Amino acid sequence: MIALNALVAICLCYVTFLFAVAFVAERAARRGQVGWLRSPLVYTLSLSIYCTGWTFYGAVGYAARSGLEYITIYLGPSLVMLGWWWVVRKMVRIGRTQRLTSIADLISSRFGKSNLLAIGVTILAVIGTTPYIALQLQSVTLSFDVFARASGEAEQLPSAIWVAIGLALFTVIFGTRNLDVNERHHGVVMAIAVEAVVKLFALVAVGLFVVWGIGGGLGATLDKIDQSEIGAWQVEGGRWAGLMLLSAAAFLCLPRMFQVMVVENDDESHLRTASWAFPTYLICMSLFVVPIAVVGLDLMPAGSNPDLFVLTVPLSQGREGLAILSFLGGFSSATSMVIVAAIALSTMVSNHIVMPIWLRFTNDGATVSGDVRNVVLLARRLSIVGVVMLGYLYYRLSGGGNALAAIGLVSFTGVAQVLPVVLGGLFWRGATRVGAFAGLTIGFCIWLFTLFLPSVGPGVLISTTVMDQGFFGLSWLRPQALFGIEGLDPLMHTLLWSLSLNTVAFFAFSLISFPTPLERLQGAQFVNIFQHSSGVRSWSAGVAQSEDLMIMAQRILGAREAQALFSRAAQKQGVSGNLPEPTPGFLELLERELSGSVGAATAHAMIGQIVGGMSVSVQDLMAVADESAQLMEYSARLKEQSDELSRAARQLREANQKLTRISVQKDAFLSQISHELRTPMTSIRAFSEILRDGGQLTEAEQTKYASIIHDEAIRLTRLLDDLLDLSVLENGQVSLNLRHDSLRDLLDRAVSSALADEEGAGLRIRRDAGHEDVPIYTDPDRLTQVFINLIANAKKYCEAAHPELEIRVGRRGDWVFVDFVDNGLGISPEAQDVIFEKFARVSDQKAGGAGLGLAICRQIMTRLGGGITYLKGERGAAFRIELPTHLSMAAQ
Amino acid sequence: MGKRVLLIEDEPNIIEAISFILSRDGWTVETHANGHDAVDVVQGNLPDVLILDVMLPGKSGYDILRELRESHGRSELPVLMLTARGQSKDRDLAERAGVNRFMTKPFSNAEMLDAVRDLSEA
Repeated sequence: MIALNALVAICLCYVTFLFAVAFVAERAARRGQVGWLRSPLVYTLSLSIYCTGWTFYGAVGYAARSGLEYITIYLGPSLVMLGWWWVVRKMVRIGRTQRLTSIADLISSRFGKSNLLAIGVTILAVIGTTPYIALQLQSVTLSFDVFARASGEAEQLPSAIWVAIGLALFTVIFGTRNLDVNERHHGVVMAIAVEAVVKLFALVAVGLFVVWGIGGGLGATLDKIDQSEIGAWQVEGGRWAGLMLLSAAAFLCLPRMFQVMVVENDDESHLRTASWAFPTYLICMSLFVVPIAVVGLDLMPAGSNPDLFVLTVPLSQGREGLAILSFLGGFSSATSMVIVAAIALSTMVSNHIVMPIWLRFTNDGATVSGDVRNVVLLARRLSIVGVVMLGYLYYRLSGGGNALAAIGLVSFTGVAQVLPVVLGGLFWRGATRVGAFAGLTIGFCIWLFTLFLPSVGPGVLISTTVMDQGFFGLSWLRPQALFGIEGLDPLMHTLLWSLSLNTVAFFAFSLISFPTPLERLQGAQFVNIFQHSSGVRSWSAGVAQSEDLMIMAQRILGAREAQALFSRAAQKQGVSGNLPEPTPGFLELLERELSGSVGAATAHAMIGQIVGGMSVSVQDLMAVADESAQLMEYSARLKEQSDELSRAARQLREANQKLTRISVQKDAFLSQISHELRTPMTSIRAFSEILRDGGQLTEAEQTKYASIIHDEAIRLTRLLDDLLDLSVLENGQVSLNLRHDSLRDLLDRAVSSALADEEGAGLRIRRDAGHEDVPIYTDPDRLTQVFINLIANAKKYCEAAHPELEIRVGRRGDWVFVDFVDNGLGISPEAQDVIFEKFARVSDQKAGGAGLGLAICRQIMTRLGGGITYLKGERGAAFRIELPTHLSMAAQ
Repeated sequence: MGKRVLLIEDEPNIIEAISFILSRDGWTVETHANGHDAVDVVQGNLPDVLILDVMLPGKSGYDILRELRESHGRSELPVLMLTARGQSKDRDLAERAGVNRFMTKPFSNAEMLDAVRDLSEA
């Protein structure tokens, strides 16, 4: 008898062999030698993870217990592949275009990227898969047990925990071995394909041995089958239909099936091969089930476990080699299932539960991609261990006593709850997130309550009271007789209620709820996937596409560049003319070129649209929108800059005009200064020469000429004083000497100062004594200067026979105004505009001023926070000065 | 009775000075102090020499000269122009208007006398 240790060693060798296969496949994939990895045969064989330890061992047991019913488990998937391949094709197409990673991703993506839905499906999948993993643990443990008993080493039997740990370790190393966290696992797929061959080979070998080695040939075995109970058992129509539906649903919805069927799919056309090859594989797997069962029942002592006939029958005949082969077949079935299921589940758990949480708690961590990758890997590894350990927990709780097939069906029913949502999502645009959530929740709860919890055994997770009398003692809530309907077997009972209520809730809630825009968009993308993306392998289609690509490229790159690019490529390909074949290499090149102009996402979407290999996914659209936003922002910035430039140009122009104006003003000013200086100097020079030359000058003449010289010198001095004063005022260099004073005092001082000389007697001044009593805080000297100037102007320019100046004072709030109005002819309207300018000449007559007085007044009033204006509509010349009674420093 | 000079100038002190200088040399000096009617004054009583200031109230010396030369055909009238704005463009303007002699203020008395004598003899 073979020793247990030897068996373990054989297992390890086998595992090492699988590693080698995976390693070689992965290295080939990395080198781009994916031709043989991508054969449809490998794809078909990878689908065989549908056949697990349950199928390998359990089918025989199932047949021994329930006759031909086991066939339903094969019929469901076969019917899907043969009759419903278009559903699978749609899933594959959507999976590829939307880059889906799991069944949870599919559902969440369809219903507007709902993370809540993804979490729900993930939890459902984990719980639904748990019994299944327990099943694999059980089958491996049982098979070890068989050998242990046979060799009398029963006490050394490795417990299920070691099997669980071993499987978890195996999966962690296998599924997350390298740091590549892409969802494709070429190595794993290849290893699974090898395992598929091993398990088929083992089962067929056992079958052949049983039929020809024990049964005595085909005819004899068929006779034996006819005589046995198995052949006589009736086919129960309802149960058969239910089981077929269940297995078909499971085939479509199992996370591990989605992984190999959709995620690992390289080419849609593989489905065509798989649609006949996979049913063929299933037929081969099921072919010898009945003979083995019949011969086993016949051969083995009563009470032996029919689940293990595949092992025990060869052992009983002393065929150890065959038994070991059979053991390896079962081991393959179990390990491949656990690996893929754990990978699929860990992807879901890490993508939909761990990563969102981790990202939420680390706001800044996501910027370092390596960081995230490590977190993803860690999350996946922990998820794998967690999933396998959950399976172990279930195994412990259920006591490992149930028939393998029964456990498998519990799992199937749980996972099948996803079916209405998946089909609805794929074919009905009206399906909404709320509907999906309602259907899943109801289906899941019914399954949990009526099948999963009771399945671990009475009184473990659900009390016997509840089982017998219903939840809360309500008889219609008995787990195995909902709504008082009794007499159905528990599985059919659950299947009926959960799927029907699930579907009803899904449709009802979809109808009464409204989809979000993203949901609607995704719904349209999913349901109309074949309108969005045409042919399957159209990357290699004809010249018509090249033309379209050319037209697009011309629009983006410009005609000349696009033509150059295309003819270069055509030349390289050796194609005559300017249009190259749209080979993947050329398309990549074109995409790179285009992305330089329009951004990567847009380029990808454009080429994808034309070549039709993939539809534009929502991510693509989002990326395009992002790029457009960036472009818009960029162009907005450009526009801003150009606005700024033209603003700057305008400012420059204005500054230039101002400079020109200032330059002209400066010329005029210099000219004026020159005139004002030269005129008195002319008199001074002329008369000083006259005096110097002597001659016959009278005393009176001498005196007169000397005083002219004197007056003109004073005039020059005053002119220079005024100029300097104005310059200081204009430059703002003047410092004000602020004091409290009375307006009356200031006016008194100004009047007496202005009228001091004898000429002043001619001007009569009328004051407004009643209003002059205004306390004022300002620079009194400067204000007085303005007053003096205005009075002096009246004295000089008032043409009236009896010149008169009226000084009126008024207040408005914190402001005081003083009007100086004489009784002359006033100032002509055109002159009114210029009187405050420098050197402005108001009248024809010369009055000895340089024309700077009012300019100085205006400057002073500005400094004092007020102003000076010409008052229109008065009798004579009229000036108003206004200023705040209290000049605050801030107003300066 | 010597030759007559008409002085059109608005600065009283300058009028006084030029009058004194020329009178002393035997000229008859007549004066006029604004630009408005200067052309009429000249037309009404043609002098031997016209002394014309540029900056005059009412009408500039350039305009008066141009009017005399062009509108009234007084191309032979000797004209001495005085300006206090001693920029070169002022001289250009004066020459274009048809001036015989151009002097910038201040000037020396001898210069003035020489200029008037020259103009009267030419």
